[in-house]
Amino acid sequence: MAATVSCPTIKPLLIALTATALLAGCRSPDIYYWGNYENVVYGMYAHPDKVPPQAQIAKLEQDEHKATSANKPLPPGFHAHLGWAYSQTGKLDLARQEFELEKQQFPESAVFMDRVLNNMAKK
Amino acid sequence: MKPPCSIACLLGAALLFTGCVSKPYDYTNFRAHPPRSLLVLTPLNQSTDVRGTYGYLSSVSRPLAELGYYVYPVAVVDQFMKENGLPTAGEMQQVPVEKIRDIFGADAVLYLKVKNYGSKYQIITSTTVVAAEGKLVDVKTGMTLWEGTATVEQSSSSGNLIADLVVAAVDQAINSSTDQAHNLGYQVNVQMFTTKDHGLLVGPYFPKAKD
Repeated sequence: MAATVSCPTIKPLLIALTATALLAGCRSPDIYYWGNYENVVYGMYAHPDKVPPQAQIAKLEQDEHKATSANKPLPPGFHAHLGWAYSQTGKLDLARQEFELEKQQFPESAVFMDRVLNNMAKK
Repeated sequence: MKPPCSIACLLGAALLFTGCVSKPYDYTNFRAHPPRSLLVLTPLNQSTDVRGTYGYLSSVSRPLAELGYYVYPVAVVDQFMKENGLPTAGEMQQVPVEKIRDIFGADAVLYLKVKNYGSKYQIITSTTVVAAEGKLVDVKTGMTLWEGTATVEQSSSSGNLIADLVVAAVDQAINSSTDQAHNLGYQVNVQMFTTKDHGLLVGPYFPKAKD
């Protein structure tokens, strides 16, 4: 039946549908600078030998610089992940600094970050 | 004579049919308990590919955070739970919500299942599929705020036999080392979390419309 529907009626509809699909396609720009964060998460599990904490730190530190130049905020969880990676390599002062930054940027993280900071203090 | 436009008509009809999926999700609970922060637990992997768990987990944060939520650091949460005697996703997803609230201070927990993950090679083509389902639970009331599901499938076939044979061989060589499905995970999540009337409502960090 569809093939017998006359075109003039369906054409504007088709154009409208295509336009909405296109508009939905061009999303507004991202809120955050994502850089390597999710790749680092993927890599640390998929190739733990190639992406140890030291390599994660290198990638995430790069992102920090790039985000600053791009004038975009880093995503939720970024500073906490970097802090965790620092703590794995024994850089506890840098780790604490990152956990504090996560808390500052996202107060929602405070309960978890305080717990992690307290655990570190006990060690 | 004008060219026959039956293709356009069929396309239009197909679009209309795919357009009218199911009725919109009922957001009553979601609106009553709008969360600010989401704790994503390590997904249960029901696929046959062991890479499903983390290949999928690593593509969840971005679409959720871009919807305006605070998303806990997924890997740090996973490591923290493992250090605290919960080595598997199954055990992590059994933790009572009150305990999640005490430990993390999260407003809502996202429970994820990977239903399908991976590539199938059929001599001349390869098809990669990722399917997942999610459930968002309010930690104060234990109420389900939202449930959703999505599937994305990608086929490498072009219709040209010789070209396909070459592509298939190259695909298989590349995919075995880089995990093609990981790239689809992000698309699955965008579809599951952001589809109008079926995805999540936007969170507190979502930019306000300028009007």
